[in-house]
Amino acid sequence: MKNYTSLARFYHSNYSFTLIKDFIYNLRMKKYLIMLFLSFLINFNAHSSSDGTNEMSKKSSGEVKDCFESLNRGIFAFNQALDTLIIEPVAKGYRYLPKPIRNGTSNALNNISLVVTIPNNILQGDIKVAGKNSARFILNSTIGILGFFDPATKIGLNDYVKEDWGQTLGTWGVGEGCYIVLPVLGPSTLRDASASLVNYVGGNAWYNITVDEDTHYFSDFDYYASRGLTGVDFRAKNIESFDNLEANSLDFYASVKSLYLQDRKKKIFNSDEIIETLDDSDWEEIDN
Amino acid sequence: MLKIKVKILIVFCLLLFNSNVQAKNPSTLIVEIVDQASSILSSNLTDDEKINKLNEIAENNVDIKGIGFYTLGKFRKNISSEEQDRYADLFRKYFLKSFSSRLVTYTDPKINVISEKVVNEKYTIVNSVLVATEKRPEVKIDWRVYTKNPDKPLIRDLIVEGLSLARTQKEEFKSVIQNNNNDINALFKTLEDFINK
Repeated sequence: MKNYTSLARFYHSNYSFTLIKDFIYNLRMKKYLIMLFLSFLINFNAHSSSDGTNEMSKKSSGEVKDCFESLNRGIFAFNQALDTLIIEPVAKGYRYLPKPIRNGTSNALNNISLVVTIPNNILQGDIKVAGKNSARFILNSTIGILGFFDPATKIGLNDYVKEDWGQTLGTWGVGEGCYIVLPVLGPSTLRDASASLVNYVGGNAWYNITVDEDTHYFSDFDYYASRGLTGVDFRAKNIESFDNLEANSLDFYASVKSLYLQDRKKKIFNSDEIIETLDDSDWEEIDN
Repeated sequence: MLKIKVKILIVFCLLLFNSNVQAKNPSTLIVEIVDQASSILSSNLTDDEKINKLNEIAENNVDIKGIGFYTLGKFRKNISSEEQDRYADLFRKYFLKSFSSRLVTYTDPKINVISEKVVNEKYTIVNSVLVATEKRPEVKIDWRVYTKNPDKPLIRDLIVEGLSLARTQKEEFKSVIQNNNNDINALFKTLEDFINK
C-alpha cells in the first residue's frame, strides 16, 4: 500500500514538474513549521492513549482514528478517478513490455530505494541488515549495472525489505496519529506523511543528487520518473487484486484503509507472524 | 458374555479407527481444498457450474457462521436473536457470492502448501504460496484453520501477504454501520444489495 501511495506521484511526472518544484521550494520554507505542527499532533495522539507502556504493541491497526473521514472520502474518490483515467491504463500498457524489461525496471527501482532503507535500518538498530543491504546496493549498482540486474540475490543477499522514515518512527513507539488520505499520493497517517518530509530535507540520497543538487549526472526528471515508475510497476502487478477488492467491497474506502494500516503495522514489526496482524483474542468471543 | 465383550471391542475399535480416519491435518485440508478448487477452475464447466461447486467446497470447509459473527464485532452484542439469524443468513449468501466471484476469475491457480504452525489447540496457521504467473508475482497466503474439533478443521481466515481478509471485512462492516447512525439495518440493506447485484 505504501507503493500505492507512491504510484500516484507518477501522475505529476510529465505535466507538473514546475508545480512540484515550486511546491518543494515552498515546502522548504515551511518545513520546520509543518514538522513542528505534525509532530505536535502525532505526539498528542500518542500520549493521549498512553498508559506508560508502548501502546504500539497492543493497539490494533483498526484503532487508528479517522479524524477527517468526510474529507478523506472526498480525496479518496478524487484519487480513484485519477487512477481510472490515468494510472490503471498506463499500468496495463506497462504490462505489454517484455518480462525481462519489467523485471529489470523493478530491480533498478528496488536498488534506488536502498538509499532510504539503509539509514532507516541503522536507526532501527538493524545494523546487520544495514550491512547486508549496503553490500546488496554496491553489488547491484556495479555488477548489476545500476541495479537493472540483481546478482546480490543470486549470492544469497535476498529477502530485501524496504524501510522508510515512518516505519522508523513506528519502531520508536510513535503512534500513527490520524489516518489521512493525501490528494494524488493516497492513504497515509499523520506520522507517515510528516516522516516522509525527511526525504526532502536531506534524508534521501537519490533525491539529493537528482533534484536537490545539480550533479550534472542526473536531473529532476530522473527522480520523478523513478517515483512514477515505482507506482506503475506496483499497480501493474496488482491490477486484478485491486479490481477484485473493489468489486467485492461493501465500502471500498474502509477496505483500503484497513489494508493500508495492517500493512504498515506489519512492516513496522518486520514480521510475517500473522499472530501480530490478527490477535487471537479477537476470535475468543466467537468461541465462547 | 464373551461374545458381547468381543462385539463391544469390535465396535470400539471400529469407532477408534473411524475417528482416526476422519481426523484431518490442517495442511492436508488445505491441500485437498486447493486441489479440488484447482480442478474445478481448470475444467470446462460453465461459470455458474464452477460457482456452485466452489460454494459447495466453501460450505463444507469454511466456518462461515464463525467468520460472520467475528466480522460483526461489537455490534453482535446489541442485536436481537432474530436479527442475528437474519444476519447469519445474509452473511452466508454474501460470503459465498464474494468467495466464488473472487475465485472464478482464476483459470488454474497453483498453490503450494509450504508449512504449518500450531498457534494453540484451537488454531493452526497453514502457510502457502500462490505461484507467480506472467502477470503477477508470487503471493504468500496463510490460512487460519480452526482446529477445536480436530475431526472437522475449518478455515476461518485468509491472510494474503500478511493482510487478514477477515479483519478487513470486519472494519468494512463497522464502517457501514457507523456511517449509518449505528443502524444494523443499513448493513443488512448493503448486504442485500450486494447479493442481488
